Formats: sequence, structure tokens, C-alpha cells
Amino acid sequence: MGPRLRLGGIAHGPALFSRHIFGNKGDQVTDTADRLEAQGIHAVVIRFAGDSGDGMQLTGDRFTSASALAGNDLVTLPEFPAEIRAPQGTLAGVSAFQVHISDHDIHTPGDEPDVLIAMNPAALMSELGRLKSGGTIILNTDAFDERNLEKCGYEADPRTNGTLDDYIVHEVPMTKLTLEAVTDLDVKKRDAERSKNFFALGLICWMYTRPLEPTIDWVEEKFAKNQTVVDANVLALKAGHAFGETTEMFADQFEIHSAPQDTGTYTNITGNVATAWGMIAAGQQAKLPIFLGSYPITPASDILHELARHKNFGVRTFQAEDEIAAVGSALGAAFGGALAFTTTSGPGVALKGETIGLATSMELPMVIIDVQRGGPSTGLPTKTEASDLMMALYGRHGESPTPVIAAYSPSNCFDMAIEACRIALKFRTPVILLTDGYLANGSEPWKLPDPATLPDISVEFATEPNSTDANGNPTFEPFKRDEILARPWAVPGTPGLEHRVGGLEKADGSGNVSYDPENHGLMTDLRQAKIDGIAEDIPLAEVDSVDGAKLCLVGWGSTWGSIVAATQRMRESGVPVDRVHLTHLNPLPPNLGDILQSYEHVVVPELNKGQLIKILRAEYLVDAQGVNKVKGLPFTAGEIIDAIQTMTGVQA
Amino acid sequence: MTDVSLDPTQRAYWTSDQDVRWCPGCGDYGILAAMQFLYAELAEDPATEVTKENTVFVSGIGCAARFPYYMDTYGMHSIHGRAPAIATGLAVARPDLDIWVVGGDGDMLSIGGNHLMHALRRNVNLKILLFNNQIYGLTKGQYSPTSEVGKVTKSTPMGSIDAPFNPLSVAIGAGASFVARTHDLDRKHMMATFKAAHAHKGASLIEIYQNCNVFNDGAFDAINKRAARAEMMIDLVDGEPIIFGAEDQRGVMMVDGVAKIVEVADVGLDAIAVHDAKNPNSAVAFTIAQLANDRQSPTPFGVFRQVESPEYAEAVNNQLLAANEQQGPGDLAALLHSGATWDVA
Repeated sequence: MGPRLRLGGIAHGPALFSRHIFGNKGDQVTDTADRLEAQGIHAVVIRFAGDSGDGMQLTGDRFTSASALAGNDLVTLPEFPAEIRAPQGTLAGVSAFQVHISDHDIHTPGDEPDVLIAMNPAALMSELGRLKSGGTIILNTDAFDERNLEKCGYEADPRTNGTLDDYIVHEVPMTKLTLEAVTDLDVKKRDAERSKNFFALGLICWMYTRPLEPTIDWVEEKFAKNQTVVDANVLALKAGHAFGETTEMFADQFEIHSAPQDTGTYTNITGNVATAWGMIAAGQQAKLPIFLGSYPITPASDILHELARHKNFGVRTFQAEDEIAAVGSALGAAFGGALAFTTTSGPGVALKGETIGLATSMELPMVIIDVQRGGPSTGLPTKTEASDLMMALYGRHGESPTPVIAAYSPSNCFDMAIEACRIALKFRTPVILLTDGYLANGSEPWKLPDPATLPDISVEFATEPNSTDANGNPTFEPFKRDEILARPWAVPGTPGLEHRVGGLEKADGSGNVSYDPENHGLMTDLRQAKIDGIAEDIPLAEVDSVDGAKLCLVGWGSTWGSIVAATQRMRESGVPVDRVHLTHLNPLPPNLGDILQSYEHVVVPELNKGQLIKILRAEYLVDAQGVNKVKGLPFTAGEIIDAIQTMTGVQA
Repeated sequence: MTDVSLDPTQRAYWTSDQDVRWCPGCGDYGILAAMQFLYAELAEDPATEVTKENTVFVSGIGCAARFPYYMDTYGMHSIHGRAPAIATGLAVARPDLDIWVVGGDGDMLSIGGNHLMHALRRNVNLKILLFNNQIYGLTKGQYSPTSEVGKVTKSTPMGSIDAPFNPLSVAIGAGASFVARTHDLDRKHMMATFKAAHAHKGASLIEIYQNCNVFNDGAFDAINKRAARAEMMIDLVDGEPIIFGAEDQRGVMMVDGVAKIVEVADVGLDAIAVHDAKNPNSAVAFTIAQLANDRQSPTPFGVFRQVESPEYAEAVNNQLLAANEQQGPGDLAALLHSGATWDVA
């Protein structure tokens, strides 16, 4: 940690990515405000926190959007309680949104926020511990009355009792100023107060020189049906901006330049929307209609919502009566020749196990998307975790090998949705795609792909008999396999190929019910061999490698960003570290064993108690060590580095 | 496999090459024959457009659920209780198909009760056959959700204490648009009932009294044995007074909205209820279904209810057409650019 730099009342410490302030040296400083120059900074982590009803997710989302349009690289971490409206003003009701914006490539939402916007005492109490020492706090001081302080357990006012001495504190009467801003509108006080999040947004937009226009455009579209709400929000937004500009409280403004990016068109995307768009793209690339059977569950429901908006792509969404019906309907649709999906989270996967097993046995293509959350049981519905890997790999009765893949970033969900479909269709198998709550709700800039460059994943339905009977008549054998052991997919409506499939063991070839012991052994081996063979059809594991590395970090899923950041920081401090990130978890890439066996240390950070590591140790006999976190939150890079140092003695 | 020498108007055309493996004497044989004969009959009328390739049987688990293996059509023998859900997905994805769902009382009313209820209330274009033998056969004789109170089985040595479901009351309560009852000893009645369901658009629930001659033999003897039929079976004929008995001497009368069995001579034929399956108010069908909650009471057979109601898969597909009209055909590039975007030059 270098010395903390303070400028103009906002602290931007150099903790994470060698952040520097280069305000007066000239070359990157831009004139943006009338009365002063914005200080150029490389990155900032801002955390918006308030009551569930204060609109903090929306505020964070809008600030993110404005930053994305400014060309910053960014990573977000929305965090909200499972309760829709916990009692107002309580710790249980605190909802927060963290965004890390930068002028360079970043991969995490930031280890510690530089700036905390706290809309009430509960938000301050809940979030203060995360804030960087010496960080900046902006308080809605109107909310700091005796009742609110009491609700969250403050015995004394933290603004005056020394609690905030180590921070730079700005007290802003946001509620009062918002009410004054909308005084000319015919709105009730209670309704008018609700615009205070836009006041906060306006202030932060001023502070970080974000234009207001994208937010105003968004408000006008979003609330088009209620002009008063549009007016109130826009007035509050502008008032917040003007407050920053005119008061002496904030001495400086900051500018974060656009991050160098490949040329192209970008959008800011969340994992759930990327997943939904990937599903639609897969339907186009497979030339098949899409069927989604789903039951609402946090944090997966947004995929259903997004798909339901795009019926013009031939998308049929079916909100089933339960998780079992959701996957069942998908399997029925797959039997009928649709590209079939079910979307859920861990508790839903547990319920779907029997049907996934049937799909494995009937060898029909289907994609199960598990947006993982904290478990077991209801666990932490709105928080992230990656503890469903073992369930995805093994959570069915009998020998039922099923491919499992995992997305590593919000935008990667798009590619992995297509990849899941590719494998499912080609090999006629259910495929489980793992994402998680952090990817689902987090966002990042995404360079939009050209649809023409997406892979063709279309497959042929069977249309002709593939065998002959004893008398030489043409017949159809539904379990006669091709060279990759996939069976023909003959859909109802195809004359001459009528056949029955089911969960009873099938005779090799004919598919007739068979209780023959030898046949069951053979079919079990064939089903396994088919899935094992997928290893030849997936990319080899790639090592992000530097000279002299004796330690390799192995990750899967959403830990990618934290692992990349940790790797970079260790390298910057002179420790060579390599890194492998797995997207295909069953089967694993065929070169993985050789890679892992070439290192002195293999370290596996996981947001679970050590699930991939068991697979790696069992498959490759490597003495891997785990870094594990099960707190409903992603890793910070610092946590991974500290754990490596403790475990291996490798010093950063 | 298709034998080209057969023609669709023959039962054998609809019969698969698989050996039927129900116990000898099982009521399921009669039901299977009725279905095969029905398709041969339907094939005689080109307007029905029945084909093997467009016909699908989906079943759950249980003795009844082996049914799809024996029809030479497409079929799926799926998971205990889940057939209505699986068939719903198939029907929504493929509204062109002619889909039957087959299950027993355990499959449909116990483990799969939820799915049955929702398939019915959504009015998915499925013809659901509920083989009711009031026992668990495949697991060798435990009581089922339609077994009578007091039933002694391996799992209820002191007698069952569960009140049974009346399957038709469940179906009518769930808002089913077609509800009927038939039984395994009367092929003609089964065929007529199946045929009416086949012509119906929406979800049909057909309860079939089916004898399990191994674990619950004679469950319906008091009602559907030839000698008992006249006095114990109430034939529901749309538009006709509901009368039964060897001399048509008994009938059903509505008293304060409740169906009661009366002597025609006591009340006069004019007071007897005229069966109206198309009555939009399901209360009448419900009270008629309630006439028989045991094995000793005269029991109505036939179509209880048959009303027009929007079909689910068609409604789903109409929304797709409407979306296509309003938003234009899906354009992936436009979708990807539908959020706020920025260019990096």
C-alpha cells in the first residue's frame, strides 16, 4: 500500500490497480466544468447504499450506464436483501450497489469502495466497514433523525461521536433539497421524497463528470406514462448536479477517461440478459424454435422475463406450476424438436434431477441453466455462491453423466449459452450451464458480436429409416448411434420413424425395453463414452502464463475477475503466477492433467468449500490447495493473494 | 415398425410390435383395444386426419403408463406423475400433434396431482386418460388416493384412514373443459367417450374404471358387472333426462342445486334433470359427479362436461404471431443493439 493521496476532499487511494492521480500534470486533464478543472483519475469504486425503498439499485444502474456510455471499463456488484421491503430504516432493509469504473481493463467490482453514498443511518452502519480507510462518505443527513438512528442500533449519532473521524464526510440534506427542487410540481411530499435517489445520482454525476442526458432520456422513457414522476426525477437529478457545482463543499470534480478498448460497438450487459440473448442467438444459429419452461426463482427469473419479451424470435416461454413441470415441459418440447431450456437456481436444480436423468437416459437435447445462489435450502437467495458444482456433476440417481459448463463473466454468459446448446444438440444430451447471482446481476461493457460470426449449431432431424428388419423391410432404430455416439433425433410428425422412448433401460439400437444385464452394462458404458468423448470437441485449457511461474491458479465460473486481478497484482509485485480458467467442467479439457502436473503449487479459489478441487485431485492426483469463501460475496483480489501467501509462502 | 401391408382402418395398423406385459386379465387390455379400434375407426373418416406420425402417447409411471409402448405411434414413457407437464411442453411446442396422456390414479392424483390440475385449468389440448383401479398395482398393492376409507393393504394393515379423491370432482374443480367417465368392460362406451374427447379442443379428463384383478379384483363389480349395470350405471346423454334402472324407473333431480336420486314415479318425468354437458356453470356437473363417492351407489357414466374454452397452445402461438406482427420478425443484430450502445473507433 502506498501513501494515501487526498485531493479536493475526495480520497482516491492507490490501493488496487496502481491508481494515480495526475491532476496537475496536464496531459489527460480535461476542462469539463465552468469553474474548475476536473482531476483525472484512473479508477474509482463507488458504493450506493440505502433502504430497499430508496432506489439504490436503480441509482447504481443509471450511474453505471452513464459511465459505460463514457467508455469506461466497469464491473458492478448489486447486493440487495431477499425481502422485497424489509422494515424501513433497518439493517435488514439495506440495499447496495457497488460499481468500479476505470480508464483501463478491470475485472472485479473493487476490493474496497473509495466512496460511499449512504441514504440513511442503517446504510452507513451496514456499509461503513467495507469503505477504504480515509474514504469519502456522502450522507443524506435528513435521514439521521433519532428514530432512524435507533432503528439500526446507533446509540449516538455517528456524525458527531467520532465514528467517522477517519473519513472525509459530506453531509447533504438530500431529502430537503429534493423537496425544494420539486416544489412547483403538484406532488405529495411523500411522493416527492422518493426522487431523492435522483438527487444523489445528480450529485455523483457532477462529481465524476458524467453527462445527465442519458439519465434524463432514460427517465423520460421509463416513466412515460406519468409526466409528474418524470418531472420530479429530472428536477431532483438536476438539483443534485447543481448542488455539486455551486456549493463549496466539494472542491473538486473527477474525470475518468475512457478505457482503451477494441474498436466496435459496446453495450453494458448483465449476465442474465446476456444468457437470455445467448439463448435467442442459439435458436437462430440452430434454426430451431426456442422453448423455455421455467418457474420463478431468484436470481434466475430475469432470464424468463427477458425471453418473454422476445416472442417475435419464435420464443415460447412457459411459466410452469413448479420446477419439475418447468423442466418436464422443456423435455416434452425437446421431444417435439424444439431447442428446449429450463432456467433456475440451486433449489430448482434439486427438484429437476429426476427429469434431467430421464433426458440423459432418453438422450434428448436440453439445456438447464442454474444461476447459483447461497445454499443449502433457501440459503441466501439474493447472494452469490458457486456451491452447486457437485450437484450439477453428480446430483442424479444412477450413472447419469451430464455435461456441465460454466460462464466466467456477465458477457460470457452469452457465449456459454450458445456453447451449452451446441453440445446438447450435437450429442443429444442435457447440458447444465452454471452461472451465479454475481454474474446474473453484475454488468460489464460488452463488445457486441457480429451475428454472422456466431457458430452454426444446427443439426439434422432423422427423416429416414436407418436399419432393416429380418425380412429386409426398412425400420428405424432410435438408439443406433453415429460416430460420436449420438443417437438420431426423430421428432413426432416424421412418417415411418414412429418410436417410443422412456426411462426404462433400452436395448442398444432398437431402443426396446430391455432388462438384459449385459445390455444395461453396455448402455451405461455407451452413455458415459458419449459424454467423455465431448472432451475432443471442446477447446483445450489455455494457460495465462509468465516465465518462471511455479504456481498456477485454477478457477471456474465468476471467480475469473478476482483471479485475473490477483494474478496481475502478484505479477506486478514480482511474483510470477500462472492461471487457468475452466469453462468446461464435464468433461474437462483433455490437456488439463498435464498442465496441472507441471506446477509446484496448484491453488483453486472457489466460492464453495472446495468442489472443483476434489475433482482435480481425484482426476489428476495433484496436491491442489483450495482458497474458499462462502459469504455470499465474490472474492476480492486481496483475499486470494493473502490466502496464497499464507498457504504456499509465495510472497507478493 | 410400419408394416406397409396394413391399412390404417385396421386395428393391427395401430398396434406396435411389442409384447404386451400386463397381468393376464388386467382391465388395461380392454382399454388398449378400445384405443386401437378407435384409431382404426377414426382413420375411416379422412376428416379426422389421424396419422401414426402425428399421434403421441405420453405416460408417467405405473401399470397404465406402459400404454405408449403398445401403440404404433410416437410415445414417451416418462416419470411418475409428470406426464401432464411433459405433454404440456410438447403440446405448446407442437400444436399440430394429437396428444394423449395416460396414467393411473396414483400417477395422476397423488404424485402428479399438481400437474394434472394445472394442465386442466390451462386447457392444454391433451386427452388425459386416468385409469382408476383404486390401488397401487406396480408397487404390489398399497392403497391409492382413490381407495376407499378402511381399505386394508400392505401399507394399511389396520385400514386406510385417507378420504379418497373423486377424480371427476377434482377435474371439474380445476376447471376442466371436458370431463367424462367410462369403464374397461364396455369397449363401445370407451370408444365413444375417447372419440368425443378426440374431437374436443382443449384438455379432456377421462376417468376409466379399470379392474386390477391381482391387487383389487372386483372393485367395480357392484357397478359395472353386466347384471348390475341397469340399476347401478347412470348413462349421461346430452339433452336427455337423466334416468336409469331396468324400467327407467329412477332418475336424477336437482333439489336446491344438489343432484338427488329419485323415483321417477314420485316426481314425474318433467321434474327429472335434463343432462346439459355444455352448461357453462360447472356446479351442475360437480353435483352429478358427487352422486357416486363409493362402490355401492348408482354411478354416472358418459360426458359430464364439455364446454368451449380458449385452448392454451393456440393462445401461446397467437401471442407469437401478435409479437411478430407488432415487433417484426426477430432480428438478432437489432436485439444486441437494443440497449444503450457506444462506439469505440
